[in-house]
Amino acid sequence: MAQMSNAAVYASMLVYTLALFAFAASLAARRVPLAAKQPVLVGAGGPDQVKAAPEEEPGRRSGNIALSLTWLATGLLIVGFIFRGLAAERFPLGNMYEFSLGAAIAVALVYLVASTRTDLRWLGVWVVGAVLLTLGVAVTLLYTESAQLVPALKSWWLVIHVSAAAISGGAFTLSAGFIGAYLVRQRAEDRGRADSGLAARLPSAERLDALSYRTIAFVFPVWTFAVIAGAIWAENAWGRYWGWDPKETWAFITWVIYAGYLHARSTAGWKGRKAAIIGLIGFTAFLVNYFGVNFFATGLHSYSGV
Amino acid sequence: MTATIERPSRSRGPKLGVRGWLRWGWRSLTSMRTALILLLLLAIASIPGSVFPQRGTDPGRVQDYLTANPTLGPWLDRLGVFDVFASAWFAAVYLLLCISLIGCIIPRTAEFVRVVRRPPPPAPSRLSRMPAYAKVTGTAGALDIAEDFLRGNRWRVRRTDDAIAAEKGYLHEVGNLLFHLCFIFLLLAVAVGGLFGWSAKVIVVEGKGFTGSLTQFDSFRKGRLVDPDQIAPFSVVLEDFSATFQETGQQAGSPRQFNAKALVSQRPGSPQTEQAFSVNSPLSLDGVKVFLTGHGYAPEIRVTRADGTVIYDDAVVFLPRDGNLTSAGVVKVPDADPGLALTGLFLPTATIDPVQGPISTFPAARDPRLFLGAFTGDIPTGGSVYTLDTSNLDRIGSKALRPGESWELPDGTTVEFVGFRDFANLSLAHDPGRWLALIAAALVVLGVSMSLLLQRRRVWVRMRSGGDTVAEVAGLSRSGGGRVHDDVREISTLLAGTSTEN
Repeated sequence: MAQMSNAAVYASMLVYTLALFAFAASLAARRVPLAAKQPVLVGAGGPDQVKAAPEEEPGRRSGNIALSLTWLATGLLIVGFIFRGLAAERFPLGNMYEFSLGAAIAVALVYLVASTRTDLRWLGVWVVGAVLLTLGVAVTLLYTESAQLVPALKSWWLVIHVSAAAISGGAFTLSAGFIGAYLVRQRAEDRGRADSGLAARLPSAERLDALSYRTIAFVFPVWTFAVIAGAIWAENAWGRYWGWDPKETWAFITWVIYAGYLHARSTAGWKGRKAAIIGLIGFTAFLVNYFGVNFFATGLHSYSGV
Repeated sequence: MTATIERPSRSRGPKLGVRGWLRWGWRSLTSMRTALILLLLLAIASIPGSVFPQRGTDPGRVQDYLTANPTLGPWLDRLGVFDVFASAWFAAVYLLLCISLIGCIIPRTAEFVRVVRRPPPPAPSRLSRMPAYAKVTGTAGALDIAEDFLRGNRWRVRRTDDAIAAEKGYLHEVGNLLFHLCFIFLLLAVAVGGLFGWSAKVIVVEGKGFTGSLTQFDSFRKGRLVDPDQIAPFSVVLEDFSATFQETGQQAGSPRQFNAKALVSQRPGSPQTEQAFSVNSPLSLDGVKVFLTGHGYAPEIRVTRADGTVIYDDAVVFLPRDGNLTSAGVVKVPDADPGLALTGLFLPTATIDPVQGPISTFPAARDPRLFLGAFTGDIPTGGSVYTLDTSNLDRIGSKALRPGESWELPDGTTVEFVGFRDFANLSLAHDPGRWLALIAAALVVLGVSMSLLLQRRRVWVRMRSGGDTVAEVAGLSRSGGGRVHDDVREISTLLAGTSTEN
């Protein structure tokens, strides 16, 4: 069972790699039809491309192939995740390896579900890259044998708290992709160079800003819930709901920074670039919480099995 | 009027007066920009709390840090980096944030109440300037259709002769206010817990017990307003403790199951009840929860004089040193003459490592062994029960014992390793603020979800009077998010559809 899980995980990594190439090819071929509304771009050769029918848009085909491959790879990864749980006869979120699998699934699923609603093929390189990196770290550095849990983790709160954290991780990763793209695109638009290079392959800055906000507006309540579910569990296992354990501290820091992002977006003088940078700092704090705390700090959340 | 009175005073220069400065200070403090900067400051201020060891969670490592950094350490200590979350500067940030929050909630609540009482504001004169806008050819009945549609979708509608103004998503602001308000309640709950709560740690050997009084606890932390004599009058006897471990594989030795059983009496004289508890499933007493946080071994040692008098017979707690429960402890025998003390190493699964010496290789008692060293001299009384200063003592000898074996010292005294029992590390907590905290936290999640997932928005529909009947549809988001565009598209499609049907 555990071997089958590993085989499925490796197979998914292979398919993700293919998807990554396909996404890269799609992005390279792609030129976004320039919106006629944007005054900066008038006369920049945009109108011709607007006329192009969507079917003929360059990079669309490879983008679709990449999306299908991503679905397939995610399916394989979910199979690996389920087998892992069957092997250990428990919910497979008990150590950093399993959490990484869960987080990778969450990143991929959040992206795939979002891309059924709006065209996000241009973001595939970032998302699949992040998934591959997570899985790569998981199988090389974090791998632990499938086994039973230590007593402290035997609780339903594990499933609730860790799933919410994994989903948050997925959406935070997505939001960082949007924000990064926003910063690139916005800079290009300001300089009137949105028709060349990477910027030309991205949606408008306005749209990217809206996508970032929507993702973070979705994930902020989920993250709030994850933190509070963790606190309820902590109260039940350790006798206090908040104790400034390093993981708790960084969860709090992440929460506060994203709260800052949401406020910045409606504060005069902080909209746009400054808010975006706060959003990126929030993602960094999340990564510190995810990796850094387990490797560099000693605390109660040391279940990584590393 | 007031504006004209104020103008000359402003031209006189920057003399604001006390009230002016106060007003300026309040305005600045309660502005969104200040709140934002305070939020970011709060995040930055928390970072040292995870970089440096904290007294609240790990006092031992703070001491180690101070010993390792004799010059820098005390300075950092003065700055409060080992007590970040109780430091004045951290408190300053969150108290300012709280004031800012309250200063924001109150006027916004008042404003919201005003808005709810009023019908939606009438359509602005130039709808085409709104962020969402559409123009459709409709019929004279378009306004009725739009009104039916909006009311059917629970919009709040104001109808005038030629236009409709509608607003929806009031719960967005309710959620927003609820979230911020409950955040304050959450902090209050933390404060209640900090002032009226207490926590304690106690080590209990199987078969022994403790009561709710300070002398029985190994450590005790209390809130400022707790009377230490008024702790709960319960008594707990640890009847049974068992631990199981992973037997094989990479994670061999990892704990798998801790189970404990206790006889509990809520107050003196009340009946004893048996309760099972384990990690994640604490023992519940009146307002006090007892958590199982760890365990170890307590070897039973009996010391008998040459004449047969038993001068010591007890299970002694040995503190674990590693994950395989290599445990060290001290036995002081006060009734021995001359003074006798034993230092011991208990190994549940004993091996002699060529480098590390005697060490345990598995946490369960597969091959238990007790390594004892005996000392005589003037045994220091008091001090830690887990350590012995042997510098002024004479070493008698040392011996490794299996359960049941005895060791006869030169003066005829025998030391018997009778057996061993488990002990449990328990931590006790009383937090009267925790229910308030739970309710506030639940409402925080509810509020923030409402605030971020619901969108407050206005739409207007206006019939342009004239030859052809043209309906203008416009929308404005009052909370961010793009749903108003969908609303405008939906309404304009609806109106366009009716015009073709007619």
